[in-house]
Amino acid sequence: MTAAPLSLDDLATAVLTEVARQGGPDAAAIVRAEHAALALTRFAGSAIHQNVADEQTTVHLELTVDGGRTANASTTRTRGPAALADLVAATLTAARLRPRDPDWPGLGGPAPLTSSGSPDPATAEASPADRAAGVAAFIEAAGGLSTAGFLQTASLTAVLLDSAGKHVAGATTSAVCDGIARLPGADGVARSISVRLSDLDCAALGARAAAKARAGVDAAPVDPGRYPVVLEPAAATDVVAGLVTGQFNGKAVVDGTSGVRLGEQQFDPAVSLVDDSPAPGAIGLPFDVEGTPVRRTELVRDGVPVGLTTDRRTAAQLGRESTGNASDVSATWGPIATDPALSPGAGGSIEDLVAGLDRGLLVTDFWYTRVVDPTRSVWTGLTRNGVWLVEDGQVVRPVSTLRFTQSYLEALAPGAVTVGSDVGPQPARLAGAMGYNRVAVPALRLAAWNITGNTTG
Amino acid sequence: MGTADGMPDVGSAAFDAAAAAVEAALAAGARYADARLVDRRHESMTARDGDVRSLSQTTSAGLGVRALVGSSWGFAALGDPAGDVDARRTGARATAIASASAAVPGPPMELVAVPAVQDSWANECLEDPFDVPLSEKGDLLTGVTATMRAAGVAVAEALSQAWDTRTAFVSSEGARIGQHVRETGAGMHCLTVGDGETQRRSYPAFRGQYGTRGWELVRELDLPAHAERIAGEAQALLTAPACPAADTTLLLGGEQMSLQIHESVGHAIELDRILGWEAAFAGTSWLDLSRLGSLRFGSELMTITIDPTIPGALGSFGYDDEGTPATARDAVRNGIWVGVLAGRDSAAVAGLDYAGSVRADGYARLPMVRMTNVGLGPGPHTLEEMIAATDDGVLMEHNRSWSIDDRRLNFQFGCEIGWEIKDGRRGRMLKNPSYTGIGPRFWSSLDMLGGRAAGEWRAWGTPNCGKGQPGQVGHTGHGAAPARFSGVRVGVRG
Repeated sequence: MTAAPLSLDDLATAVLTEVARQGGPDAAAIVRAEHAALALTRFAGSAIHQNVADEQTTVHLELTVDGGRTANASTTRTRGPAALADLVAATLTAARLRPRDPDWPGLGGPAPLTSSGSPDPATAEASPADRAAGVAAFIEAAGGLSTAGFLQTASLTAVLLDSAGKHVAGATTSAVCDGIARLPGADGVARSISVRLSDLDCAALGARAAAKARAGVDAAPVDPGRYPVVLEPAAATDVVAGLVTGQFNGKAVVDGTSGVRLGEQQFDPAVSLVDDSPAPGAIGLPFDVEGTPVRRTELVRDGVPVGLTTDRRTAAQLGRESTGNASDVSATWGPIATDPALSPGAGGSIEDLVAGLDRGLLVTDFWYTRVVDPTRSVWTGLTRNGVWLVEDGQVVRPVSTLRFTQSYLEALAPGAVTVGSDVGPQPARLAGAMGYNRVAVPALRLAAWNITGNTTG
Repeated sequence: MGTADGMPDVGSAAFDAAAAAVEAALAAGARYADARLVDRRHESMTARDGDVRSLSQTTSAGLGVRALVGSSWGFAALGDPAGDVDARRTGARATAIASASAAVPGPPMELVAVPAVQDSWANECLEDPFDVPLSEKGDLLTGVTATMRAAGVAVAEALSQAWDTRTAFVSSEGARIGQHVRETGAGMHCLTVGDGETQRRSYPAFRGQYGTRGWELVRELDLPAHAERIAGEAQALLTAPACPAADTTLLLGGEQMSLQIHESVGHAIELDRILGWEAAFAGTSWLDLSRLGSLRFGSELMTITIDPTIPGALGSFGYDDEGTPATARDAVRNGIWVGVLAGRDSAAVAGLDYAGSVRADGYARLPMVRMTNVGLGPGPHTLEEMIAATDDGVLMEHNRSWSIDDRRLNFQFGCEIGWEIKDGRRGRMLKNPSYTGIGPRFWSSLDMLGGRAAGEWRAWGTPNCGKGQPGQVGHTGHGAAPARFSGVRVGVRG
């Protein structure tokens, strides 16, 4: 006889009770019970070729004994008291074998949430037919061009308890549409993300992708060198992602691999960056995996670095408060912003930014970007989905794929940046359980971008 | 196919659930269905600067069902299914999703035939990694990180991981296969921080070495014997001259060669990429199917195999996740492209008669074309012979960064450490070595290939190959030895 599933609240409570029973008063635990559902419809050659849905309930347990001996565990085996008792027993055994960590930051204790999240029920319950309809709209709007991409809907509900009395709950949803339209030698892309599937205009995205592809036909290379560039929001997202993962990450500062200079005019005054996880429409739970409520964290104000993202450990090491950026991987990769937003500027539209280039490049998207020098934030990567040569403020011809090797920190130096006025939410993989994060970013015009190669050599 | 250490411990209840799911998928209208009941255990321990920093244990168990309606696929997965009812519900859901896919259908599609096998398979595992006491693992990892810290590095980290995966596979064609795969690996690295720079050294590979083996793999790595050496090298790199910018002769160590193969050959020969199925995300391939069998990919020294039968290699298995038996075949033979990584559907679309390279990351993910063991066979030379035969060049070892375009042509790799090669001798240490090139041009410049000396050729394991939407992490293997290339651009800077 298989046990009936418990509610998330009952599940988390049962695990915490089991921790107390097996571990006694010395055992300190954070228990997180989650139910996640993800559905993704993928298309290529203008046909749906992969279409998946999965759902699971997972219990995550962080268990500490003796004030600093900690082990983590998670399981999708959540039915019945025996499975939960096994989870606790194995984790307790592991924790007792560990040496005591003198830097264990302890439990946070009760902390009020400002909200319980902003899930959209219609997105959580979207059907395969709903997603197929969105895909069909993208394909039709591409006007006969071959298309490829995906439409995803996801939902997450979670309860977190700890031995110090914390009890928080929340839910979130997300919807992402990301697709390309293709002509020989030219792909165009358009993508968007929201908490609501109904916010995504798949037809408009398909039409935009097709227009970009048509404008990219007969691309030719340009010589390597330093070019002024306009980065469309998709490409600018990569710059923001590079900064929040490798520079404004509290662990990178602790490790000495961040080149951020807090309090100095390191960037152009047009640059202001926040992690705006509590913002209306933000994707993600209202608390992190340590139960700390998410908060708005200012990272750069008018070009001056003023903040970092932290979890409880890095916060203690840096003498700060946790900003609520702990994740299941933050022990390894550090606490990373989950909803970064680059403030819009006075640069106007993408066309306005292009009009300000004497000779440079308009770049839609970056691909396969990897750190070459972490401290200087030097990244190498390639352009994708369209590059155009700009002369005298006019797009004159498409350019084939280019490789760059560029310091993201130095690209945003004082005097080098004009920030566009229009913000388009872009999906990016940063941190958290939803797969994609929202990055709110306008287009950027930068004084120099180091092109180090092209696909001809 | 025989088993290495007895019948896998895949219970009959798992097969019953998978069979019920397949039955329900067919009853709902699918013309083909398969189901995997996967029970997976993972353990990860990290240490930093002499202390265990994290210890994580994960168990995941669930059911994943694939259903084919017309030419359209559907996939549904459920964690911890409660017997027959949940299994049938998941099977029917897979068919319902496939029916929705059929609203935007592709061209007619069949599946390449595979035998309906009833078998079991397990890899050899001399010392079960889950039987090794956590205290012993902790002592190993804390010990090597303490050694590196004592040698003056800023950060010293070490990692061990182990997976135990039991799979029950059932297909509507009659296949019924149990597999038990155990994988183990470990590694360490250290960082030194100078004036505005960070240097890194790792052993035995930048994310460790992994295989379908037991804890004996970790013992053979002998991490303690290398901790002080890599710490010293990381310190020395801070004051070493930078790799100069030049077009020169490039010698690569075996570990870097494994990533070179993975990125510029392994992904390029994935049939789903070649067919455009990954165009929007992972990308396509520069390879054109019409030239399979005639295209020159590299020099005569270049023979690449797809071989999931290599004992102990990380990409080895008995059957892939479509039930196709593991079979070795050439992908590149003496420089000519002759084979691809394929699945039953993609092979049929391409007019090929073989599959066998479809794998899934756990129960909740759709099986898709993945690398197995894609490796370069050993060559006739040794590294010392290559150095002796080089008047002017650079030797680079251990990957630090990698980037390649969406057609798998233009790559740029950074390595942790380099050495100047002058007049047939290894000279000064060089920091920040990097190189860039175009795949077929680069591989055509392969003029010496190691592997003749003992230990030079090795099946390296890559435990973190990302692909797919939703994202999947694959475990791949790459046989590789040191190699020499001529006329390569090195010393690329930002």
